[in-house]
This record gives sequence, C-alpha cells and structure tokens, in this order.
Amino acid sequence: MAILLQQLINGLAIGAVYALIALGYTMVYGVLKFINFAHGDVYMVGAVIGYALAVPLVNAGAPAGVTLVLIFLGAMLGCAILGFFIELLCYRPLRNRPRLVALITAIGVSLLLENLFQNPAVFGANPRTMPHLFDIKPVISFHVGASPDPVTINNLDLITLGLCLVLMIGLTWFVLKTKMGLALRAVSFRFDTASLMGINTDWVISVTFMLGSALAAVAGVVDAMRYHVEPLMGLSQGIKAFVAAVLGGIGSIPGAVLGGLLMGLVETLLRGYLPSAYSGYSDAAAFFVLILILLIRPTGLLGKPTAEKL
Amino acid sequence: MADSDRLITPTMLHPARVPVWVVNVGILLVMVSLWPISNAFNKYLDPYFLDLLIHIGIAIVLAVSLNLINGITGQFSLGHAGFMAVGAYTGGVLLKHYSPHGAALPLFFLGLMILGGLAAAAAGVLVGVPTLRLRGDYLAIATLGFGQIITVILNQIDSIGSFEVGGSAGLHNIPIVANFFWTYLAALLCVVVVGRLVYSQKGRPFLAVREDEIAAAAMGVDTTFYKVAAFVIGAFFAGMAGVLDATVSGNLDPAGFNFVRSIEIVMMVVIGGSGSITGSILAAAILTVLPEYLRGLESWRLVIYALLLIVMMLLRPEGVLGNREIWPTRRKLFVTGR
Repeated sequence: MAILLQQLINGLAIGAVYALIALGYTMVYGVLKFINFAHGDVYMVGAVIGYALAVPLVNAGAPAGVTLVLIFLGAMLGCAILGFFIELLCYRPLRNRPRLVALITAIGVSLLLENLFQNPAVFGANPRTMPHLFDIKPVISFHVGASPDPVTINNLDLITLGLCLVLMIGLTWFVLKTKMGLALRAVSFRFDTASLMGINTDWVISVTFMLGSALAAVAGVVDAMRYHVEPLMGLSQGIKAFVAAVLGGIGSIPGAVLGGLLMGLVETLLRGYLPSAYSGYSDAAAFFVLILILLIRPTGLLGKPTAEKL
Repeated sequence: MADSDRLITPTMLHPARVPVWVVNVGILLVMVSLWPISNAFNKYLDPYFLDLLIHIGIAIVLAVSLNLINGITGQFSLGHAGFMAVGAYTGGVLLKHYSPHGAALPLFFLGLMILGGLAAAAAGVLVGVPTLRLRGDYLAIATLGFGQIITVILNQIDSIGSFEVGGSAGLHNIPIVANFFWTYLAALLCVVVVGRLVYSQKGRPFLAVREDEIAAAAMGVDTTFYKVAAFVIGAFFAGMAGVLDATVSGNLDPAGFNFVRSIEIVMMVVIGGSGSITGSILAAAILTVLPEYLRGLESWRLVIYALLLIVMMLLRPEGVLGNREIWPTRRKLFVTGR
C-alpha cells in the first residue's frame, strides 16, 4: 500500500511535467489544427536556457531562491521568443497550404533545433548536469499502514506540483476570463469566423505559441533539475507529452492536464510493477497507449467528436 | 472509314507503342546484364565508389517504395525504417545462423530477400490495417510509434531459440553478400513495379486517394484497401532494402533504424518530389552522395539537412520535380500495349 502510494506520488510529479508540455501541443492544435512537432525541442531549449543561466548565477554565489526564480523566468521568456519566431518564420507562410506541408516543416524545425544544439560549438551532444541549487530531500513524510518505510514527497516534487498547479490555474484564468483568452477560444472554435469578427488571428496564434513554449520551458527546467540537460531530451518527452494530449483529447486544455497526469501514473506503475525482464519495454508503453486510444477512442477522453466536412 | 481519314488516329494519341513483351524482355536482359557488370565493377572499380553505388541503390529502393506510400497514395508514414528493420533482422539473423557457402549462397540470398520483404509486408498489414483509418498527422505519429516500438523490441531481444539477434549490442559478423548485382536488381524491380503500378489503370485509385479521399470513396474506390495495399507494397521493398543493408557492412544495430533513418528517407521523397519516381531516384542518389562531400562539416551536416528541408517546404513544397518525371513521355516507359 505504501509502495503504491509512493508510486502514485512519483507518477503525479512526472505526469505534471507531461501535462505542461501537452498543453502546448493541445493549444496549438486547437487554433491551427496541426501537430507542432518541434514542441518537444522547445522544451529542450528551455532546459538549456535554464542550465546556461544557472551556471553563472551559481558561480556568482546568488542565493538559491533568486537563482530558481531567475532561471524559470529566463527560460520562459527565451522559449516564448523562440516559439514566436518559429511560428512567424516557419509556420505562418504555410498556413494556407496542406497540413502535411506544415507537419514536414515542423519536423524540419525539430531536426534543426536538435542538431544545432548537438553541435559542439553550441552545446554539444553530451548530457550535462545542472549546477547544484538545493538538496533534494523529503519534506513531507508519513506512514501508511504497517509498512516500515514512510511515504515521502521531496521538495523537487513539491515544487513541480506546486508550479504546475499555479500555471494551470493561471492558464485557466487566462483562457476563461481575459479578452485574449476569449479570442483564443473563438479562433479555435471557428478560425474564419473569428477573423471576420475583428479578431487579429495572427496575433492570437503568436500568443498561443508563446504561451505553449513558456509552459514547455518550465517543464524543461524542472526536468533539467530532475535528470540532466541534453539536446535529444525533447524527443521522448515530447512524444510522451503528445500522447498525453491525444489521450486527453487533443484541442482540450483540461484534457491535456488529465492525459499528462494519467501518462505519468501509467509510466511509473509500469516501471514499478512490470517484471524486471520486461522493464525495457516500458519505453514503448507510450506508443501502445497511443495506438490503443487512436483505435478505441480517437477523440481522446475529453475530446468531442467532429464530423468530416467537405 | 480508314485510319487515314480520321483527324486523330490511335497512333497519334499513342505514338510508337512498344509491345509489352519487348519491354519485358528488355528489362529481363538488363537484370541479367547486371551480373557481368557487377563482376566487372568488383574487379576494376574503386571499392569506395562501389560502396557508394551500393548505398545509392539501397536508398533508391527505400525512397521509391516510400514514395508509393507518401507521395503517390498521400499517406504520411514516418515508420519506413521500422519496416526496413524487420527485413534487415530477418535477413541478418537467418544469414548468420545458416551462413551457406558456394553455389547455395546466391539462391539462399534471393530467397532471403523475398522472405525479408514478406516479413516486412506482414508487418505492414499488422500496422496498416488498424492505423490507416487515421488521417494525416495522426497516421504520421502512429507510424513513428511503430518505428520506435520496433527498435525498443530489437533492443530487448538477445536471441530467439538458437538464432542470435544481438539485442542492444547489435548483430555483428553477418556474412557480406550484398553487391552491385543484388542491390540494383532490387532497385530495378522496385522502380518497375511501382512505376507500372502508378502509371497504369490499376494505379489510378492510389492517386485518387491522395487527391481527395472522400471524393475517391464517393466514386466507389475502396480507400482502405488501396491505402493498405500501398503500405504493404512499400513495406515489402523496404524489407528487401533492409536485407541488403544488413549484408553490406555485416553489422546491424537497432539504433540504425530509429526515427532519424525514417526522416532521411522521407527527405528523399519530399525533396525529389512527392509522386515523382525519377525524383525519388535522383534525390536518393544526391542525398547519399552529399554527406560524402560534407565530411569536413560532419557536425553541421544534419543542421544543413534540416535547413534544406524547411527552405524546401517554404519555397517549393511539392519538391524539385513535383509529381512530374524527368522524361516527358513518362507513361511510355512503364506502360506498354493496352
């Protein structure tokens, strides 16, 4: 029981990160109806910016709290700018082309970012560890049942979950209560009509990309602290987050959060309870989940079915 | 009314049609003549260039077969390397296990190429039937997932019974059999099959599915059948290319069939022109030779590729050749008689 509870807590912390990345996929899909393949690499750039800011700050002896705030804000700002320019330069000229063209371009952007950062002159292919900011130690621990080992929540998990909660509440407020959020919903509901109603659709799309990229940056910095920073880190995380978005119903914001948390839980439980001989297969779990959803319920858990229009 | 009285005669519409059997015999002769050419190349050509030629041949098989799926039927697949892996491992594992000698070897290898192709085609059915109900980008992700699953599985399996598979360490010391003859036999076969399919009456439904799936279905085209058919035929040749690939260097590594490999094949199709067979051949050759010239820039090579892909999509998304062929009377070469 205690082990299960511990697994669930770990799963939630991992899932919260998936949810943050999945939000970017789902929001872009909502307005443009296309999969931003490069989103996972924006997450990677977020981690790299976090690393690049943390190194000088830690060397200069800045207090951990200040460093933490600065690297999160810096990564968010940097990725928002990156997202803005990716959309402006690569996707906007192709908006009226077949979606497949945009998809191939997105793959191109993804390859470009991955290989650019793999270049030794830029970052290099080797994983790097974040400079030490704070000790990762349990802050909450309690006993469940007769188990001798306590269930613990460490400070990094707590920061992750807290940050995700705050960002998701903020996003919900933005989408539901602000004028821009209203415009965003209008654009994703009916693109052409929204532009006829005087909504600046170009700007709405730019804002969507910037928001999604900033959220991915937060996920990137969190994962940089949890694991390490490397140019290909966005590949598997990006795909898992995409699966999370599809699981929750792509285009649906609460769906992305639900899908992300579920993905995190499934992954942790598989890793914890699968016989060790098969544990290598847990990497493929995301794809099995994806293919299963696509076959059973292609609209995802919270997505609405749409009819094909001629 | 005599032919000469008509304003337009059948021979004007279809000038100088070559009878089917002449073309077929011609193709057969070319195939047979590959054998002495191959022997001569082995003897006189610089091994470096021969190696490059073989790699170009394999790339042609891969690009043309993917073009049938991506360019001609319009189903965006990102899992071609996965099918290639199925063929490569079928070929590599069996060849290493039995390693025949002498006269049995060519016959064994021919059987192996067909078997590798069939294994990949079976995988194509397995993947295609459930996923081809999906459209566009979903299909792309699902096939990408298939490719990843294949590499994960290959990484986990060390052996099946007494057959060595190699697991994550890879399979090494596979007898080196693939040469100019086998490679270009497969390439010629692939080009002829795909070309004849596309530019014949039987190929129209494939194009119809690409142009407008709903309209095609309304016209009575069994869209699912043609999508799966494209997938299976494409997978067959990818498997064949895999067998060749396994026996060129004698080494197999699951990581060699990852997402990047699939993307490289997609790039050949996209840059050559989705739907253009000669475009795929040309792009396969150029994209195989290009890295040789970019050796000094090895660390920038993939950056350049990525930029090339983006610029291509922005400026000329239909590829260099679009859906045209290099020769103007494209149908004449593939389709003969009536």
